[in-house]
Amino acid sequence: MADTAVRRKDQTPSVEGASRPANALDARLAALALPQGGFTAAARRDALARLRDMGLPGPRDEYWRYTDPRPFNAPVTAAMPIPEGQETPLFDGLDKLTLVFVDGLFDEAASDDLALDGVEIATLAQADGAGSWAADLYGTLEAAGQNPVKRPFAVLNTAAAQDGLLIRVTGKPSKPIHVVHRRASDSADAVWHHVIRVEEGAELTLLETGMSGARSNSVIEVDLAPGARFHHVASKRAVDAKVGIGHIFARVAARAQFKSFTLSVNGTTMRNEAVIDIAGDDAVAHIAAAVLGDGGKAPFHQDDTVFITHGAERCESRQVFKKVLKNGAEGVFQGKILVKPGAQKTDGYQISQALLLDERSQFLAKPELEIYADDVKCSHGSTTGAIDEEALFYLRSRGVPRERAIVFLVLSFLADALAEVEDEAIRDCIYERLDVWLTLNAVQ
Amino acid sequence: MLKIDNLHVKLEEEDKQILKGLSLEVPAGQVHAIMGPNGSGKSTLSYVLSGRDGYEVTEGSATLDGESLLDMEPEERAAAGLFLAFQYPVEIPGVGNMTFLRTAVNAQRKARGEAELSSGDFLKVVRAKAAELQISPEMLKRPVNVGFSGGEKKRNEILQMAMLEPRMCIMDETDSGLDVDAMRLVSDGVNALRSPDRSFLVITHYQRLLNHIQPDVVHIMANGRIVKSGGPELALQVEQEGYGDLLAEVG
Repeated sequence: MADTAVRRKDQTPSVEGASRPANALDARLAALALPQGGFTAAARRDALARLRDMGLPGPRDEYWRYTDPRPFNAPVTAAMPIPEGQETPLFDGLDKLTLVFVDGLFDEAASDDLALDGVEIATLAQADGAGSWAADLYGTLEAAGQNPVKRPFAVLNTAAAQDGLLIRVTGKPSKPIHVVHRRASDSADAVWHHVIRVEEGAELTLLETGMSGARSNSVIEVDLAPGARFHHVASKRAVDAKVGIGHIFARVAARAQFKSFTLSVNGTTMRNEAVIDIAGDDAVAHIAAAVLGDGGKAPFHQDDTVFITHGAERCESRQVFKKVLKNGAEGVFQGKILVKPGAQKTDGYQISQALLLDERSQFLAKPELEIYADDVKCSHGSTTGAIDEEALFYLRSRGVPRERAIVFLVLSFLADALAEVEDEAIRDCIYERLDVWLTLNAVQ
Repeated sequence: MLKIDNLHVKLEEEDKQILKGLSLEVPAGQVHAIMGPNGSGKSTLSYVLSGRDGYEVTEGSATLDGESLLDMEPEERAAAGLFLAFQYPVEIPGVGNMTFLRTAVNAQRKARGEAELSSGDFLKVVRAKAAELQISPEMLKRPVNVGFSGGEKKRNEILQMAMLEPRMCIMDETDSGLDVDAMRLVSDGVNALRSPDRSFLVITHYQRLLNHIQPDVVHIMANGRIVKSGGPELALQVEQEGYGDLLAEVG
């Protein structure tokens, strides 16, 4: 149905749709410092050309029906105050290699040395003049991920990325890489782009925390060779108003395993897009998110848009999205599983659920399955509900105060998504922090 | 200990009267059983006493040691010493049994102005009490009631009761869904908790449970009221004759 809608729009472009993009895009690009690029030069030029062809999205675009693209289209972002006070970093207790980005730019002084056994790490800004193994990958998965759904801000990112990490994993590093994002300017437009390749049989855990920029645009391209394993755990908490769009493009080869979990807490307009191409037999791809949205201080709108393509046999994909919304917060989920002809024995699963803590909040879900193979198992479900009164009473009847009981039930609701974080120590860190946040202010 | 006087309760959503002038007194240290046909209002009584939403008290009172229960929040009633063992204990995925129990114990202690138990002290006590109820350490770690069998859920209720040390325990059809062995375990757990300053109100359909947990008084409930009270022999009479004759007798 989505495809039909997009085609119909293409056949009869509206007047608004025809005239708007060129000017809007020019203004958008003019406000950005576009790096010329070294090894990325060709990819950046190609991206610019593609972007001019594509234009910026409007409200009539099927995939922007539920999320207003204007905050992302605007040439300059509104200033967003930087919250005062620092809390203890999320994964403080874990052994890890910490790399710090400030408003999307690598901060060498604040980071650990770029040295980890079994991993080559470079930064995009520094490597761009010199050349890199990533030359044939930068922008490649992003470009491949534009079909059948256009993702113009990812194209914009490939053209305009200021910095990022180039990570090539050849072994099994002893600890995770932790990317910490910080803000320094209240009006920075942060555009960063990571390229990650995990070679055959190698493994990487990538942790990401914090937010860069007043407005952020990120792309992570992940290329998994046969038998590779990649585990991504991100925590994005915007204490005050924040606009951000993040993209993950993954290509998963045979027997490889891709797992990504994102925790999003507050923010004004946040969108996370994931495009996962399961290209080799017996591969696994899981993507999950836990979202806490409070529309009390600032309007909250959070959108997860996922597209998983099964192009090989006996592969498993799993989407688990859980959103807790209150004070007029809005949550969106657009998730698609495409099973190509020949992708037999596919096991695809998708669940999106919202827990609405009041009647003013809303959840919009658009689950889609498109299947062209005849021997597959695919299921999807979506629910929207309130706090389970029976469970609330059970907890309170044991003496647990109401506020605390609701925190328990929110954590309970999020449990299936959190279970997608494989590492127990990492999962415990997230549980503890969630508990603190929930107790502080996220529910009442 | 527990004193219920002329209690009238209706469902909030539909204008339906469930309890119609129920009076009952359970002195300290006693075990009282309530039996009655389906729909007589037994579960409603347990819910109203423990403070569940959805019921409206239109008349009457219920006090625990002279304090009105009906004005308190459910957690306040728990801290005051009331405990309801659920007929259908609720599963709470993602919340560890131990975490839940420690939170409950310490919330009650805090509400009563007592010092909270340290993790170490709590662990020691809970392990010992769990062992008595044949609850494995593995079960303690699992999410609350998730994947527990019917018997395990009921044993978990008794474990909570043992940890929370309430003074007034209401047991809502704790015997339903239990096999013979599980019933013995649960009953042993309850009997171990019997003491001169703790009382029990045991709601059941069957006399069998009362062989294990011997009541001081048996009440027959019908149509929202206690219609007859007597000794343990009353339960035997119900078991043998059913409610028909009894109810006809009291009109």
